[in-house]
Amino acid sequence: MAGKVLMRGTHVLGEAAIRAGCRAYFGYPITPQNELPEYMAAAFAKMEGAVFLQAESELASINMVMGASIAGARVMTSSSSPGISLKQEGISYLAAMELPAVIVNMMRGGPGLGNIAPSQGDYFQATKGGGHGDYRVIVLAPAYGQEIADMTRAAFDMADKYRTPVMILGDGMMGQMMEPVVFPEPLDPASFPKKDFVLDGCQGRPSRIVRSLWLDTNLEEELNWRLVRKYEIITEEIPDEEIYLADDAEVIVVAYGTAARIAKGGVHRAREAGQKIGLFRPKTLWPFPYEPLKRLSRKIRHMVVFEMSTGQMVEDVRLAVEGRCDVSFYGRPGGVVATPEEIARVLSGVYRRLDHGRGAAAESGHTFRSVGSA
Amino acid sequence: MLLKIIFSGFGGQGVLMMGYVLAVAGMKEDKHVTFLPAYGAEVRGGTANCTVVVSDNEIASPIASSPEYVVAMNYPSMIKYLNMVKSGGTMFLNSDLISEKPAREDLKTVSVPANSLAHEMGNDRALNMIMLGAVNAVAGIVSEKALAEAVETVLEGKKKTLIDTNQQALVKGSKYMCSGCGS
Repeated sequence: MAGKVLMRGTHVLGEAAIRAGCRAYFGYPITPQNELPEYMAAAFAKMEGAVFLQAESELASINMVMGASIAGARVMTSSSSPGISLKQEGISYLAAMELPAVIVNMMRGGPGLGNIAPSQGDYFQATKGGGHGDYRVIVLAPAYGQEIADMTRAAFDMADKYRTPVMILGDGMMGQMMEPVVFPEPLDPASFPKKDFVLDGCQGRPSRIVRSLWLDTNLEEELNWRLVRKYEIITEEIPDEEIYLADDAEVIVVAYGTAARIAKGGVHRAREAGQKIGLFRPKTLWPFPYEPLKRLSRKIRHMVVFEMSTGQMVEDVRLAVEGRCDVSFYGRPGGVVATPEEIARVLSGVYRRLDHGRGAAAESGHTFRSVGSA
Repeated sequence: MLLKIIFSGFGGQGVLMMGYVLAVAGMKEDKHVTFLPAYGAEVRGGTANCTVVVSDNEIASPIASSPEYVVAMNYPSMIKYLNMVKSGGTMFLNSDLISEKPAREDLKTVSVPANSLAHEMGNDRALNMIMLGAVNAVAGIVSEKALAEAVETVLEGKKKTLIDTNQQALVKGSKYMCSGCGS
C-alpha cells in the first residue's frame, strides 16, 4: 500500500502532531518517551515558526504549553508517569482556563519512580482528574500504530473544538514498538479559523482576559457548571469503542491499549478452542463508553477486566454493568506484559466455570492475582 | 502465518538493523508486522536485541515468549534465548563466535559463519545482512525481492554503494544456505 511506513509509536505521534498543525512543543526528558521530543526537535529545527523547547522541568514545560495555547498555537507536551504527575497542576489550570492542549503520557511502571517498562497504572490519574478541582480531561487510548496517528489528529481537533486539554494515554510498549502506519494529509495551521480567546494584542477590539482565579464564589460556581455542560456534550459526542466477536459471546474481556491487543490474542486462542468469548475495548477512557458496555452486559454472563495495573478501569466497568452480569479482574502491574496465552488461560477458566453451572454468583467480584512471573 | 523472530547480539553487530529490514520487507508484502527493540535498562551491558513478528492477521503482542526463530550473533545471546525457542523451532548461530551447539534436542540449529563470509566480501560490517539472507533462505518469511527493497527503504538517502553492499550480503547469505553448507 502506498504511503505506508514502519515507524515507532513515539515518532508516529510526533509526525501525526505536526501534520495536525502542531507547531509548538515543550517538554522535559523521561524514558520511555524520549524519542518523541527527539523527533519534534529534529522536525521543528527545519520548520519556519515552529518552537521546540526542552524546559528546565515538567512544571515549566506545562506552563509553557499554557502560554502557547493562550497565544493560539496547537501545542503539545509529553512525558511518562512521574513526569505527568508533576504536570498535573498545569493541567488543572488549562482545564479551568478552557485552553486546548495535547498531553501525551507513555505510562511506565509505578508508583514512585517505578521502572521504564510498559504499564497502565495511571488510569485513575488520567480519567478521574489528576490535578485539583472539578474538571475532566479527554483521554484517548490507542492500541495500534495506526491508531496513534489517527488519535493524535483527533486529539488536536477535539482540544480546539471543546477548548479543553486532551490526553493521549499510551505506554512504553506503544511508544517503542514499530508498526506500519499511513498518515493523513498534513493540515496548514494558516488555514485554521481564528480562535476567539487568543491574547494577541487588543488593538481594534475589546481586551480579553484568560484566567483561572475567580474570588467571587458565584462566578467560580458558574465556571464549574459551564465546564459540566461542556463535559456533558463531550460525553454525548465522543465515546468510542471496539466491540469484537461479541454477538454470540458469553464471556467478554474488557481491556484498553496494549492490554487490549494482548487480550484479543487471548480471545482468538479461546475461540479456537470453541469458547464463545469476545472483546470490548474502550478507545476513549474519558468519556468512558458506558452505554455500549451496559447494552452488552444485558446479554453476556461474565466480564473479565484485564489491565496492566492492580485494577482501575474495572471500577468504570462495574459502573456500566450495574450488577447485570458478573465482573472479575485480572491484572499484571509493575511493567509486566502478559502473553496472549496467559489471557487465554484466564478466559478459558472463567468460561469453563460457566459451563459447569456452579453458579455465576459464586464468582462475582473475584479477583485473579498472578503469583510470581508467568 | 504467525512468526516471531528474536535477533540478538553485541551492540554494533547490526542486530536492530536485521530486524528492521525484515519488518519493512514484511510490510512491503502487506503483512502485519511489529518491530520491538529492547530499550532502556535491558540494553545496558552491551547486548542488543529486537523482536519481529510477521503475520497474516492482526498481531496481538509484539513480544515473543516462545519464538519460532532465534538469531544469535554471539554466545551470550545463545545462552539467553536457548530455553525460550519454541519446541521444533530453529536457532541460527553465528558460528564464528559460537563454537558450542545448543543443548536441546528438539531444536534445529543452523550455523552461519557470518563474520568470515562478511570478511570474504571485503566488508566486515555486512555480517548482519549475510545472516538475515541466510535466515530468510531457510525460514522463507518474505521474498528475496522484498528484502532487497527493504534495504533500499531503510538506507534511503545513503550512498548507492552502501545499499549495493547490503543487498549483495543478503544474496551471499542466502546462497550460503542454498549450497547446503549450513546446519
